[in-house]
Formats: sequence, structure tokens, C-alpha cells
Amino acid sequence: MAPSRHMLRTGLLLGLFAAAGTLLVAATHEATRERIVANERAYLLRTLHELVPEELYDNDLAADRILVRDPLLGGREPLPVFRARRGGRPVAAVLTAVAPDGYGGAIRLLVGVRHDGTVLGVRILSHKETPGLGDAIDQAKSPWVEGFRGKRLGDPPARLWRVRKDGGVFDQFTGATISPRAVVKAVRRALEYYQRHREALFAVPPSREEPRHG
Amino acid sequence: MAEPTPGRILADGLWDNNPALVQILGLCPLLAVTATVVNGLALGLATLATLVLSNSVVSLVRHHVTPEIRVAVYVLIIACIVTAIELAMNAFFHDLYLILGIFVPLIVTNCNILARAEAFASRQRLLPAALDGLAMGLGFTAVLVALGAMRELLGRGTLFAQAELLFGEAGRWLEVTVLEDYRGWLLAALPPGAFIGLGLLIALKNVIDARRRPEGAATPAPAPAVGHAHGA
Repeated sequence: MAPSRHMLRTGLLLGLFAAAGTLLVAATHEATRERIVANERAYLLRTLHELVPEELYDNDLAADRILVRDPLLGGREPLPVFRARRGGRPVAAVLTAVAPDGYGGAIRLLVGVRHDGTVLGVRILSHKETPGLGDAIDQAKSPWVEGFRGKRLGDPPARLWRVRKDGGVFDQFTGATISPRAVVKAVRRALEYYQRHREALFAVPPSREEPRHG
Repeated sequence: MAEPTPGRILADGLWDNNPALVQILGLCPLLAVTATVVNGLALGLATLATLVLSNSVVSLVRHHVTPEIRVAVYVLIIACIVTAIELAMNAFFHDLYLILGIFVPLIVTNCNILARAEAFASRQRLLPAALDGLAMGLGFTAVLVALGAMRELLGRGTLFAQAELLFGEAGRWLEVTVLEDYRGWLLAALPPGAFIGLGLLIALKNVIDARRRPEGAATPAPAPAVGHAHGA
């Protein structure tokens, strides 16, 4: 059967709508790209400042960055590590970690660590946890992440780096255990990574390469 | 199809043909995020904006779309609008995006939007179509907020918790702790609470409708719905 005029017209029309829709999305993407990158960078800077108090360091924290890839940090792509120094001496680092086992997929977080391995703070960068339940890991929704401040591997001991339900010292939420469990595990593994690679982390020169995510 | 009056459109969206209570559409996002008032309100507003825009665009192109491809075109329009809204929010309202970002992609799973495009906007002029989007969006938001209030009160003993996320610091006063030292009722906070709560709201609406019906009308008359659509 030869395609009728109607079929051709309809197909063409659908193509036209697809092209118009793609154009709209592409134009919006193009128009907003720079602002979004700038927003994300500003957000990153603000978060870094929250994690590492400004009086601790005197270098350009956001620029003194390397990209590392390690199973302990989770994620398949290289993740940024920011290094804080004072008078050239290492004082703290901010590691990016990915918790692959969140309830709604991967959770990206920043872990600020003093040179001696004490946690300065933890901030959730992005997550898709259930609103009203698991999303209490997010610092915007509840102060739960502050519970990591001042902790380090060994204090509490490694076997207690779990949520209470699993016999550890960290709280879970009413109705949501999976999200906090994933974050606790990711922080513990990030600290293990830091413990093993601390000297090497501060020795490498900063990377110019851009990470695939902010 | 005759053009309904603005009053009819509003009454349909808010009550007679309410998307959540009568059409039972858009349950996935509705049940997922109504653990608190603020979450419900946030998703409601995002859905409302999408409904008004998608209804308007569908109405504008209604004479050019042939029946065979209409659903594909509507899906395309809705997906493009939602993506554009998400990008624009990320660029211009970044703080709001960080809060609402999770809700925006959820809108795509709301079949109510496609239902309004198909059942109403594709047969009406621009203004009634936009008004229908507004009315349906408001009706949906109202149910989200009511269900959110029920579940937040029973589940946590508060109302409007974290209002500052949506309204800025000025919204903080909205938060009220209704029940002091309340230990929470887990069932209300979890998904079963959403199902039971929605069931109660639907029952309440039916009771009110039955009371309003004049004496003697034994069987419930079907609501004079405009573009009544049932589906998942």
C-alpha cells in the first residue's frame, strides 16, 4: 500500500512538533546553561565555606582541586577533592563521595575532614530520597548531617559507624532507614579513603580537568 | 463541544470533577509527597503551572494536530514544558530549585495533565483551556494540602513544618507544633497513610455531596462533568 497523502502529512506534522519541541528545550538549555553553571559553582563555594571555616586556610579552596577515582568514594566517574592549606601546609580536605545505595538512587555528598581525620562536616549535594521521609538527610530539611561533626574513624570505633537500627551510633528517621544508612556508609568509606591516601592527596598538583558533575 | 462557562470550569476543577477526588488521577505524585503540608503545596504549585501552560499550548495547536498523532504530540508538549520549567528554575530560582527540584520531574508522571489536554484543552479556545488548567491545578493542590495536613498532623504532630523552604524566612512563623511531645504515628507518615487518608477525603466529599442533594433524589446523579476522563 502506497502511503497516502494524509499519512505523509501526519508524519511530517509529528516531525515538525518534535523539531519545535527539541528547539524549545535546546534554546532553554542554551539560554540557562551559563547561569546554571554559575549557580552550581556559587552553591559549591558556599557549601565549601560551611564545611571549612575560613580562618582555617588561606589558599583558593575551590581551585585547589584534584579529581580522584576510587571504589571507596563510590561512583564510576572521577570525583573532586578540595584541599585547604595554610601557609602551604595541609589543614583540611573536602572529599566528594557517592552513596550508590540511597532509596532513590545515588546520593552525592561532600565530606570535610581536618588533616588529623576529624570530620568538619557533611553536606548533601544531590539526592532523590523520598520527600518527607528519607530527604531528612538533606541539611535544608533537618540538622541530621550535623551528627557527623567531630567524629572520626576510631571515635566511634568502626563497627559503630552504622545507624542505630544496625547497632551503631547514628540516628535513623521514623520510617526511613535506607537513606541515613547509605549516607553513614558513604562517610565512613570516605574517611577510610582519606586515612589511606592522605599524604598523596595533598602532594598532587591541582587538576585543570573539569569534573562531569559540579 | 459547547463551551462551558467560567463558573462551571472552576466548579469542576475544584469540586465536581476534582482531579484527585473524582477523576482519581495523578495518584503517583499525590500519594508520594503528601507527608507534609509544605511538600504537598510545593508539588501542587508546580503541577498548576504545568497544567496552565500545557493546556494553553495544546489549545493553540488543536486545529493542526490530526487525531492519529495527538497523544504523541501532547506527551511531547508536556515533556518539553516540564524540561524547560526545570531548566529555568535551576537558572533563575536556584534556591527554590534545590527544594522543589525533586518535584518537577514527578509532574511528568501525573497523567492528569495528559487527561486535561486530551479531554478539554484540545477542544476549547485558549482562555477556557488555560482557566481549566488553573482550576484543575487548584483542585489538585487543595487535595494535596488537605492530605498533607492530615498526615503531618497525625504523623508528626506539626503543621507547615519547614515552611521557610517555600516562603523564605518570613514563612517560619507558619510552622505550628500542634501536639507537644508527640511521638508520631508512623502509619500516617508512610504510604499506607496516604491511601487511607485519600480514601477518607473521597468519602467525606461523597457525604457532603449526598447532604447537598435535594430530598427525594435517591440515586446519586452523575456530576455534570466536562470532559470526564477515567484512567490510571
